[in-house]
Amino acid sequence: MNWTLLLPEIVLGVSGLIAIVAGVIPKRDTTFPVALGVLGAMLLAAVLVIGQGEGTAMGGQYAADAFTRFAKLLVLLGAAGGLVLSLDWNEKEGLSRFEFPVLILFATLGMMVLVSANDLMSLYLGLELMSLALYVMAAFNRDDGRSAEAGLKYFVLGALASGLLLYGASLIYGFSGTTNFDRIADAVDSSAGNLGVVVGLVFVIAGLAFKISAVPFHMWTPDVYEGAPTPVTGFFAAAPKVAGLLLLARVLQGPFAALAPAWQQVIVLASLGSMLLGAFAAIGQTNIKRLMAYSSIGHVGYALMGLAVGSDAGMRGLLLYIAIYLFMNLGAFAVLVAMRRGGRALEGVDDLAGLGRTDPGMALAMAVFMFSMAGIPPLAGFFGKLYVFLAAVQGGYWTLAVVGVLASVVSAYYYLRIIKVMYFDDSAGAMDPRPAGLSVVLAGSGLFTALFFLFPAPILAAAQAAVAALMG
Amino acid sequence: MFVGAIFFPLLGACIAGFFGRLIGDRAAQWATVVCMALAAACGVAAFFQVGFAEADRTLEIGTWIDVGGLQVVWALRYDTLSAVMVGMVTFISTLIHLYSVGYMSHDPTRPRFFAYLSLFTFMMLMLVTANDLLQLFFGWEGVGLCSYLLIGYYYERESANRAAMKAFIVNRVGDFFFMLGMALTFWTFGSINFDDIFLSVPEAVGKTIGGMPVLEVIGVLLFLGACGKSAQLGLHTWLPDAMEGPTPVSALIHAATMVTAGVFLMARMSPLMEYAPVALAIVTIVGASTAVFAATIGCVQNDIKRIIAYSTCSQLGYMFFAVGVGAYQGAVFHLFTHAFFKALLFLGAGSVIHAMSDEQDIRKMGGIWNKIPVTYAVMWIGSLALAGVPLFAGFYSKDFVLEAAFAAHTGVGLYAFVAGLIAAFLTAFYSWRLLILVFHGAPRADAHTMEHVHESPAVMLIPLLVLAAGAIFAGAVFAPYFVGHGFEEFWRDSIFNGPDNDIMHAVHEVPGWVPLAPTVLGVLGIVLAGLLYLVFPAVPGRLATQFQGIYLFLLNKWYFDELYDHIFIQPFRRLSVFLWKTGDAKIIDGMPNGVAEIAVDVARGAVRLQSGRVANYAFAMIIGLVVFISVYLFGALR
Repeated sequence: MNWTLLLPEIVLGVSGLIAIVAGVIPKRDTTFPVALGVLGAMLLAAVLVIGQGEGTAMGGQYAADAFTRFAKLLVLLGAAGGLVLSLDWNEKEGLSRFEFPVLILFATLGMMVLVSANDLMSLYLGLELMSLALYVMAAFNRDDGRSAEAGLKYFVLGALASGLLLYGASLIYGFSGTTNFDRIADAVDSSAGNLGVVVGLVFVIAGLAFKISAVPFHMWTPDVYEGAPTPVTGFFAAAPKVAGLLLLARVLQGPFAALAPAWQQVIVLASLGSMLLGAFAAIGQTNIKRLMAYSSIGHVGYALMGLAVGSDAGMRGLLLYIAIYLFMNLGAFAVLVAMRRGGRALEGVDDLAGLGRTDPGMALAMAVFMFSMAGIPPLAGFFGKLYVFLAAVQGGYWTLAVVGVLASVVSAYYYLRIIKVMYFDDSAGAMDPRPAGLSVVLAGSGLFTALFFLFPAPILAAAQAAVAALMG
Repeated sequence: MFVGAIFFPLLGACIAGFFGRLIGDRAAQWATVVCMALAAACGVAAFFQVGFAEADRTLEIGTWIDVGGLQVVWALRYDTLSAVMVGMVTFISTLIHLYSVGYMSHDPTRPRFFAYLSLFTFMMLMLVTANDLLQLFFGWEGVGLCSYLLIGYYYERESANRAAMKAFIVNRVGDFFFMLGMALTFWTFGSINFDDIFLSVPEAVGKTIGGMPVLEVIGVLLFLGACGKSAQLGLHTWLPDAMEGPTPVSALIHAATMVTAGVFLMARMSPLMEYAPVALAIVTIVGASTAVFAATIGCVQNDIKRIIAYSTCSQLGYMFFAVGVGAYQGAVFHLFTHAFFKALLFLGAGSVIHAMSDEQDIRKMGGIWNKIPVTYAVMWIGSLALAGVPLFAGFYSKDFVLEAAFAAHTGVGLYAFVAGLIAAFLTAFYSWRLLILVFHGAPRADAHTMEHVHESPAVMLIPLLVLAAGAIFAGAVFAPYFVGHGFEEFWRDSIFNGPDNDIMHAVHEVPGWVPLAPTVLGVLGIVLAGLLYLVFPAVPGRLATQFQGIYLFLLNKWYFDELYDHIFIQPFRRLSVFLWKTGDAKIIDGMPNGVAEIAVDVARGAVRLQSGRVANYAFAMIIGLVVFISVYLFGALR
């Protein structure tokens, strides 16, 4: 039993428990100290992840390697970013409760277990830990009808997805006789074309596709993204997506690698559908959170393209895309969270009008994110797309590459429309001053997005190592 | 000296063009005049040095293009042919610059005018001193560009813009053939340097392209190119319209630059043309036909500048059939003398127009000879020279050209000789028709205009007098060198006459009546004009009504413009409109617009699926799952 391997998760879990107690006991508002404590725990976990050894623990239920390290760092970064976004916002909206940071902490813990899962059981454990926390967070503004509706919808549909996943897991167990990934791999190798395992895997894919909102399991996304409090939406679009995508990659390329020709077709379909829907459905949106929901569906489509190709280059493209997407998304949501005029939060695309004059710094950052999401060189988003498209072309997946390029052309329309609104439309008045935390997130992600092309090597190397660990 | 003659005009153009606003109108115009005068001093000196002191040379300035087998070097080639052109162009251009100072004195944008004028001259000089076809083409195109700028100088006028575009487009047609000829030359000889080409011409005699001798094809293509610039029959339509430009421009285009480029090209390519007898026959026929054709139109035109323009066209015909029968020296000699008297006629016409308050219709002039005596005198001198009256410049060159045509003793030569005689008669007729209608008879202008009739200022008269001297003496002085017995020492190897081509000697052995015929016909033409317009002024009108068909045919310039309009312009317009309305607006614009509309529809449909009901969402998930499993099973079972 190798306890030390689990140290990051143990630290997070214990911190969560301490935070609950520490939050309840004092009579005064403890949100800020708890949030700081949670951030500190995340930082500590990140340091431990970097220093983590490789191997398996808990009877083969838990695995740690370069891939999980890459995934966990991204998850922690996304979670910390989401927490920073929410601090000031919750205070202004009267939602300042210490449970919020704790929920983020447990969701993060769930994601870390998730990406390290080496067994269907631990996978489900992590997934549910994450999901339960997310359901509550979606409905965190419980006095607001939309927020409550979002939470409920997410919960009901999430339960359905969990059911599908569990059913699939039971089918796999029934036909292969094991839940451990390594032994599933052996079983799949020795009995290729085992229909029960195949159908079970599709159910598992469906359950995971729900979490990353890939078409056709995306339907909850616009409603939940619009209804949930803005920082929660930002968090949803960042950390859980990253965790879900990486888990999907891990499951498909790990135990089920031998079935690649079969599951690739499913992923191709999901990728095509997501790219097209993300491109077209966002065109008519006036609510910027809803727009970002469709945008995130589209980005999942591009990321899945790398998975669908399945080659080393494709997986590297996927990991890079996820990393870059995380930064762009955090930055863009920092802008959305900062949209507040006269104390009231704003959600319309039109509300950005004239931002180029009233707040040039934020407008510039937003322009960088939008250009980057549209895939315009030399910003980071361009390289993300470049690597997956390149992999698709090299792998002979011409349909994917062509549809991807066309979809990004269509999606450029609504990204550029936001820039046009910011710089060319008449201002509706200045926004409220933006809190320091948001400025830090904005500056950090903006600089990364703008300057990625200068120093791509460390991230490329990390992604390369992660792919090597995953693909063996 | 050799360099200065070419680049002083460019310097002047730059000063006036770029700094004209800075240094003021007066300074700019005089700067160009001084630069031109310096260039003329250099040019004339170079002419004498090269022509009489045998100082031939080629000055290399720098490499222009060096790719693969193609090497093009900026160079100034000075042999007798170039030197004649350089001396003549700089000299005439200087006088025109000087004249313009007076003529354009009321113009608000004089620096622009003088910059164009100098640039025009520079381009022509680049053309004549080229050492290869590409540099020649550079000057050729530069001349085309400047003519466009100058013809459209009054750009507020619709007709000027049209004329400028017409000149440019018609020239492009010729340029196209020139480019083809140039490409074929490079293909045949592997070089476009004149010396290389001329050296290997005898080896290329047997070569064919598409079943035709390659030298003949090159000759015809280059001739078609020359047709565009030199306004030969078919591509002449731009020349009369070019009168829309200011009068000094007309003088420059018609006398010294532009139109002479075609003749120069033929003379320059003489070593090649000599081996292309069929091409030469075509040149002869087209040239002779142009001479008659333009002369017939000139007889009925009423615009003073247009009459002279058609006379240019006609005289260019002479030069071309001289080339056609192998008498290149005669062609250049006629070009040389023609430059003097044609510049004189144009500037004289400008002086008349100036005096008549910008009136150009000769039917509204008359009776002003005693009010502007100097102009009257120089117009007489110019017309005498043009008509080829003995002792004037035109006599020597025109007689020589006609004798050469006769001495060729070929069918086409005879045709050219007869056509030339008819044209000579008509030339004399319309020249005196012009003189009589403009200067004699009862005044037909209104009283107000007549009161203001005045002699031009000295700055305009001096160039006229200098040119008048040239129109009188240029023929007599230079004839012995250009076409006399000493022609071989003068031209040396700048012009090549084939081994069987002894026409330069044969002209001196024609029967006695041949040199007399043009003179007699010219005098007859003068007498006829005098009878019709001075003694019986009613007759021309009656003739016009009686032979209305012929009259209208001539008045409308043989309906060439209308013909081209129907054959080329209208169909092309229809095609363009079709491509614009259907091709561009509907198909090319329609595709992105349609795609954008489809995108909006798709977006609307996608959003409609988003009903907000959890049951619908769950249903969608299950359907998706079913689809996935179907696909998966299909893939797994395959």
